[in-house]
Amino acid sequence: MNAKLQSKAGRNAMLLAAFTLGAIAYASGLIEEILTHGPDIVYLAQQHMVLVAISGGLAILVGIPLGIWLSRPSMRGIAETAMQSLNVGTTVPTLAILALAMTILGIGILPAVFALWLASLLPIVRNTYQGLLSVPRHLIEAAHGMGMRPSQILWRVELPNALFVMFAGIRTALAINVGTAPLAFLIGGGGLGELIFTGIDLNETGMMLAGAIPTALLAVLVDYSTGIISYWLVPRGVNPLR
Amino acid sequence: MIKLENLTKIFETPSGPVTAADHVNMDVAEGEICVLLGPSGCGKTTTLKMINRLIQPTSGKIIINGKDTDAYDTVELRRTIGYVIQQIGLFPNMTVEENICVVPDLLGWDKVKSRKRAAELLETINLDPGTFLKRFPKELSGGQQQRVGVARALAADPPVMLMDEPFGAIDPINREVIQDEFLKIQKRLGKAVMFVSHDIDEAVKMAHKVAIFRGGKLEQFDSPDNVLAHPANSFIADFVGGDRTLKRLRLVTAGRALATGAPVVHAADSLDKAAGLMKEHGRETIVMVDQQGAPRGFVRLEIAQGRKGTVGEFHGALPATIGMQEDLRTAVSLMFMHDVSWLACVDADGAFRGYLTQRGITHLLGETYRPATQAAA
Repeated sequence: MNAKLQSKAGRNAMLLAAFTLGAIAYASGLIEEILTHGPDIVYLAQQHMVLVAISGGLAILVGIPLGIWLSRPSMRGIAETAMQSLNVGTTVPTLAILALAMTILGIGILPAVFALWLASLLPIVRNTYQGLLSVPRHLIEAAHGMGMRPSQILWRVELPNALFVMFAGIRTALAINVGTAPLAFLIGGGGLGELIFTGIDLNETGMMLAGAIPTALLAVLVDYSTGIISYWLVPRGVNPLR
Repeated sequence: MIKLENLTKIFETPSGPVTAADHVNMDVAEGEICVLLGPSGCGKTTTLKMINRLIQPTSGKIIINGKDTDAYDTVELRRTIGYVIQQIGLFPNMTVEENICVVPDLLGWDKVKSRKRAAELLETINLDPGTFLKRFPKELSGGQQQRVGVARALAADPPVMLMDEPFGAIDPINREVIQDEFLKIQKRLGKAVMFVSHDIDEAVKMAHKVAIFRGGKLEQFDSPDNVLAHPANSFIADFVGGDRTLKRLRLVTAGRALATGAPVVHAADSLDKAAGLMKEHGRETIVMVDQQGAPRGFVRLEIAQGRKGTVGEFHGALPATIGMQEDLRTAVSLMFMHDVSWLACVDADGAFRGYLTQRGITHLLGETYRPATQAAA
């Protein structure tokens, strides 16, 4: 009851703050300034989302099978080592990866997609791997004992029970991806970074915000929709939210 | 039904080979429950898991239904063997119905048929299908989950059931209930059951045969009564406990310990007649029955002696009666509760069948310890 009241009060305060900020922005003419970039925002946001969709999609396509593969009993010897090297991989700043990618792949969309793919790969692999490892051993033993084949155990027992953790990884990865994508502009990958960085360079707050605010909104939107998908896709019996 | 021949498992460990099962020979018939007992690490679970090849035997044969299981594909073999584990192992992502239908689905049964089967099985284990079919395991209590676990193992009607401490994680009250339910189901279905336990009381209650393991060796394979009465060595004697003869009480029905030719009197009989009968049979008391033969009371010798009157005027009330089919444990418990040395034993219709005395019980239980010649004499 108390917590409910508190969260309600918190939401009201946030709404009020947003409204106040909006009012101030309007009064200072900032909103008008941002809106003059309207067509650019739409075009660049699309480019931004294409970058996210390609790199994020590829990260999912590669990360999940990789996580599954590393979690197989036959991989036990090298799985931890592989996870550690992936961990080290994430500590390399994305900006450095972009620079490295540019030296090898040149400029444009390709190195940008590669760098974003690499940045979002790890959370997906790690959560897939950990999620599968945390499926209780006795479930797998029961499945073996009942006569399931290894592939049936993977599809019917292991993946459904790991799905919630896997989705958490995908969610994190996509949030990182949307937030990092503006850097793609620096190596000619396009996206909302174009408005942000140009705005900074020209000291034009309106232009900068025209890139930053849609980026933030996109990040929230992607996170929210991944959450919704995970809510409905993860079976009720193993979904703590349902 | 299940036959193990020289079944051996040697695990290679860093500290050298460990023999987990050493030339185990066993034989469990249809309708029988065989309980594998022993301290942890004795090889009972290894032996069980070799039967469905969760552990690959090092050597020896497993014959099910007259067929060497080496001839089967491992996965096909497992689908014909019911398997219940202590952690229950219901799949949390599946509903109760889907869990029960796992093996039927693997066998490619028609969906309508397997779903109908799931509902039937829930009835069998006393869970209402309407309420429980669509529930998820997390929405069931521990006892309900283990019932569903048993139902799931029974789903494809396998002739053989392997149960690895199936009721070990359930509270004592629920455990008794589920054990009784399982015995009832088993009586009807007549599976060959191998059952791992570390609880001697559970073994005595459930088993037709008990196999006691130590260090991978099968130390004794016998009926529960023989294991309790004649432990093969001091290890087994210790394992089954110093009160092992008391445990045998559970294995014998009251009907078996009755004295034959029990005298009775009716309400209209004279006390003289009652006293005469008691003297003739060397008894201190005699039961009074009604026209239907049901016990209505009893008369003591000291009251009947030297008094005039009928039994009906001087009888006392019986503190308790015991059914022929009830076990001696219940009988002795009743005797202790009412501070009496005998009970009137009645059949299913309530008719008096004889006197169950403490002497009769000790005599029956002691019979097995007397040398054969003496018992014959």
